[in-house]
Amino acid sequence: MAAFLGRRIAQGAVVVALVATIVFLLIRLAPGDPFAASMADPRISESVRNEWRRSYGLDLPISQQYLRYVASVAKGDLGFSFSLQRPVRSVLADALPNTLLLMAVALIASFAAGIAVALAQVRRRGRLSDRVLGGVSLLFFSVPDFWLALLILTLFAYWGPFPIGGAVDPTSHDLLGPAGRIVDRLNHVVLPALTLTLLYFPLIARHQRAALLDELPSDYVTTARSKGLTEKAILSRHTLRNALLPVIALFGLAFPALLTGAVFVEKVFSWPGMGLTIVNAIDSRDYPLLTACVLLGSAFVVAGGILTDLLYRRFDPRLRDEL
Amino acid sequence: MNSDTPLVQPRGVAPLRGWQPSRGAAVAASVVLVIIIAACALAPLIAPYDPTVQPNILASSQPPSLAHPFGTDPYSRDVLSRVIHGGRVSLLVAVLATLVSVTLGTAYGAAAGYARGISGAVLERLLEALLSIPRLLLLIAVFAAWREVPIKGFILILGVTGWYGLARLVRGQVLALKAQDFVASAHALGATRARVIIRHILPNVLTPVVVAATLGLGHVIVLEAGLSYLGIGVRPPDPSWGNIIQDGSDQIAAHWWISLFPGVAIVLTVMAFNVLGDALLRELRPRQIETG
Repeated sequence: MAAFLGRRIAQGAVVVALVATIVFLLIRLAPGDPFAASMADPRISESVRNEWRRSYGLDLPISQQYLRYVASVAKGDLGFSFSLQRPVRSVLADALPNTLLLMAVALIASFAAGIAVALAQVRRRGRLSDRVLGGVSLLFFSVPDFWLALLILTLFAYWGPFPIGGAVDPTSHDLLGPAGRIVDRLNHVVLPALTLTLLYFPLIARHQRAALLDELPSDYVTTARSKGLTEKAILSRHTLRNALLPVIALFGLAFPALLTGAVFVEKVFSWPGMGLTIVNAIDSRDYPLLTACVLLGSAFVVAGGILTDLLYRRFDPRLRDEL
Repeated sequence: MNSDTPLVQPRGVAPLRGWQPSRGAAVAASVVLVIIIAACALAPLIAPYDPTVQPNILASSQPPSLAHPFGTDPYSRDVLSRVIHGGRVSLLVAVLATLVSVTLGTAYGAAAGYARGISGAVLERLLEALLSIPRLLLLIAVFAAWREVPIKGFILILGVTGWYGLARLVRGQVLALKAQDFVASAHALGATRARVIIRHILPNVLTPVVVAATLGLGHVIVLEAGLSYLGIGVRPPDPSWGNIIQDGSDQIAAHWWISLFPGVAIVLTVMAFNVLGDALLRELRPRQIETG
């Protein structure tokens, strides 16, 4: 187990290093300076620009810049954000908890919804309600993330009890007590989390339905039927347990999908997390911030893959002996 | 079961089993696609206005009317004409990028599945590493750094970052086919390796590749729309479904028609591709039909 985990973490580190190298090269080889906007300002003299380049190490050959970059990332120094005038690390430290909260709520809600939909479909398999639920799943599976977010934003802009932007109420949050603050935060998470849930539950429902149907021809189902158990009891007590395994895999694999969704959903709902930080970094061409976000995102995705493997081993004893 | 290959494939790439569309749904999806593709192909003939000319800035952001069934955008351009012309760009990008992905993925998957020993192991590990790279984040980094990527480059990069899932699929198929008797007999008859791969193995891989490509098309359309929405995809004033939505997103509550119609076009197209992909899967792999 320890050997397995060690090997997977080493593999993951290689992937993150690969992404870091690709992103570093892409940005350094791109035409123009990393802070092109201020560099193009005609009022700034060439000597000042050279001084800037020197202070950011941009005058060094690219191989040396790369070594410096690797060394600083290894020390946990992710650089300095041009646009926010703060260390990248503190920007990410503020943004990450918000994204984690959003993703956690969305993950739990989409699994609950996906499994419930699949159970309802299988209970009435082949009939109209099965088809309708399947069609609805397919509809949400085909909707672009940002467009669904815009749609929900527009719907709730006119009516509805939930706020449509930010993570907390900017005027009243500081005046609230501890319980009030939690309620305020949860109120703000509802719409972005609802959007992510609608985007992600179809995948779970589709896989869960297929897994449930795969289990139905098993002998134990026949045994349970012959004992006189109701179809509902067989499905929820016996079949579901066995059919959960393939769906567990989606837990870790949800990370890339939810992270992708978070980029758009956070932008639309102004949710101050990683996604919004990435979008703002694109708009302001803040390359140190952008690079760090991509790095952290890749680490996240890799961690999701490792988590998937661990969950598999936890729930499928047959895999434990394998290396 | 090999724990290194997750059973579940990422969104859009995998031939997912789940909702099995009826023949009627597949026919409806084909009709929708034919109409959309025909409208986009004949865009200059069908579109009532020029998609990039700003005729009358005083008539900006007009709600839908008889003259402009989808309304006008903030630059007074006709949204219907932009959706038709934008579909042309979006579909072309998706089709060409998918062609690039399918070619690369099939070639790599065949090589990785057929190679033995160290080269096979290296190809497999490399594929695993590539599969763990979050595609959207990488694309954001690429297109944010290299502003003004020409459309050919944009398509190429979308294609080059999109073939890993397909390569894994092909590799698995090739591994299974390699052990079949007909491959052994081809070898026994003196066929070269290249001939065995091209004439005997690849034709048998075609089915899953076609299914994955159909489902992948929908995924690339959504991806392109997302990147264009972020302002790093197809550049204005050229319309694409994504950047038309972007044009309307700031004023969405007041001027909903600008973002609504291109979004509906995306949903219809992607859903049609997904229904078609599911139906193809069912038609072409009868053993996966579920008995309900």
